Amino acid sequence: MSVKVEDKLFLNRYRVDEESHLRIIDYTLCLKECPDQPCLYICPANVYKLDRDRISVSYEGCLECGSCRIGCPHFNIEWRFPQGGYGIRHKFG
Amino acid sequence: MDERFDVAIVGAGPAGISAACMLADNGVKTIVFERGEYPGAKNIFGGVLYGHDLAQTVPDYVDKGFPIERNIVESRLWYLSQSGGYSVAYRDQAFFQARKFNAFTTGRARFDRWYAEQAKAKGAVLVCSTVVTDLLRGEGGQVIGVRTDRPEGDVFAKVVLLADGINSPLARKTGFRPEPKPEDVALAVKEVIALPEEVIDERFGVESDAGVTIEILGDVTWGMNGVAFIYTNKRSLSLGIGANLLDFSQQKVKPYEMLEAFKQHPMVAPLIKGGKPQEYTAHWLAEGGYDAIPRLAGDGFLLAGDSAMLFNALHREGTNLAMASGRMAAEAIMEALGSGDLSRNGLAGYVRRLQSSYVLKDMAKYRRFPHFLQDHKELFTTLPGLASLAAREMLTVNGIPKKAKQRTIWEAFRRKMSIRQSLRFVWDAWRSVR
Ligand SMILES: Cc1cc2nc3c(=O)[nH]c(=O)nc-3n(C[C@H](O)[C@H](O)[C@H](O)COP(=O)(O)OP(=O)(O)OC[C@H]3O[C@@H](n4cnc5c(N)ncnc54)[C@H](O)[C@@H]3O)c2cc1C
Ligand code: SF4
Ligand code: SF4
Repeated sequence: MSVKVEDKLFLNRYRVDEESHLRIIDYTLCLKECPDQPCLYICPANVYKLDRDRISVSYEGCLECGSCRIGCPHFNIEWRFPQGGYGIRHKFG
Repeated sequence: MDERFDVAIVGAGPAGISAACMLADNGVKTIVFERGEYPGAKNIFGGVLYGHDLAQTVPDYVDKGFPIERNIVESRLWYLSQSGGYSVAYRDQAFFQARKFNAFTTGRARFDRWYAEQAKAKGAVLVCSTVVTDLLRGEGGQVIGVRTDRPEGDVFAKVVLLADGINSPLARKTGFRPEPKPEDVALAVKEVIALPEEVIDERFGVESDAGVTIEILGDVTWGMNGVAFIYTNKRSLSLGIGANLLDFSQQKVKPYEMLEAFKQHPMVAPLIKGGKPQEYTAHWLAEGGYDAIPRLAGDGFLLAGDSAMLFNALHREGTNLAMASGRMAAEAIMEALGSGDLSRNGLAGYVRRLQSSYVLKDMAKYRRFPHFLQDHKELFTTLPGLASLAAREMLTVNGIPKKAKQRTIWEAFRRKMSIRQSLRFVWDAWRSVR
């Protein structure tokens, strides 16, 4: 089944910061030492995508769950909270 | 901010706010930091809060207009296979009257904001849109305040209460507790689906103010250790599904694909038919149980709620443990402020209180439960299908003698599970909850 998570993210309210709060530390590690690349599927917002052979980070849709931080087997993602007041803003929660 | 506080609290969730209520009630100078634009902006849960623990800090919560969706009068448990499933339900008149608000649904965006207002009215200071980025330490390594992401954002306090929830980059950075391992958390995704009030009343067989919860196990989590839920709100349903994060990684499942498949299950689809999705969120649950609880106090600081990994997965109790631990942290802090000993020793009253209360008693009782789920994947793989087969065969009227049917069921069962395995399953299950 192919599900467009973008349709779901579109329901949410965000205040997007100009700067990303997520950063891949070493891109060559992703290619050379991470055959499974779990960030590509565990992320509930599909933030990480494979663009040719480089992983792109669409931080704007991040749900701030933390899964990529501890799910990356190489701890290769520098992860902080968006600046105070930025990021997702739940309407219902 | 050059002001000094007695207590700085990180996080305006149920743990932080219940502590703030109690401290402010007793005239302790308290400041609460919340990274969201408003309390609740970053929070989700399934949706059930408990009146008992709320009343400990806001006894007149009903008069104070607490945000409620529906008062829960019926709890259902489903065990699903792909084609159908079992349902048990319990409803009781007591939950309409004498035990009203024992459990009720709400949304965190409204609830947390309301709860924080109560703490403010009691005198606590609340600062939103502010991330605590570091802990300030004294010469002996003791915590003496927090650093925030505001300009000149250092704030000094005698004690810091870490009520920052389960996802804590602050823990990672400062080491006040270890980062959870993927197997210690479940990742859940949730959708809020709008439906007219009367439609919900009708589909769940309730009057407008009353509500139903459904907890769901089975192969809806695609063989992974996980759960799903459907809870009634006034004009929407909260629907969610989650599984152990390690299982997600190993099985390469995308959470939103599992959610969509769940919504199409024959028992789920009719309940949400015609509904409009309103919001899509994700959060961790503390799954590790008793063995994953970190050290709860250090020099100048305490941990409460999800930050301390206090969650009773079997009974879906988290907010109440958060509120209770926040309260007990407040009591211990007041004790320490009185004696002047703010070291780990001076704050030890916190752990003692937790141990003698339901919080750690329940956590200890179900100590084996997370291990049981992780070790017995048949609960999520083969057993749902077998259980359905048994009921389906026995209920099908087709001229085959019942004895023969029983034999078919038994043989199907034996092909998938040995006697040894079955006994082990029953024994482990019993030991994990006794
Ligand atoms: C899908 C799901 C369903 C659940 N269902 C239920 C249920 O039905 N009933 C129930 O009782 N429990 C349920 N729980 C568990 C419950 O949500 C938690 O146990 C409870 O929210 C814990 O409260 P807390 O105050 O400890 O943490 P949280 O509610 O997580 O609050 C932490 C607060 O700290 C803030 N914060 C974090 N870091 C910082 C920082 N560095 N600086 C400033 N602010 C910060 C956050 O924004 C947040 O407001 C569920 C959980 C999930 C994920
Ligand atoms: S999981 Fe980590 S190392 Fe692997 S591809 Fe993703 S970011 Fe790179
Ligand atoms: S925190 Fe969660 S939602 Fe955000 S990028 Fe990481 S896995 Fe995706």
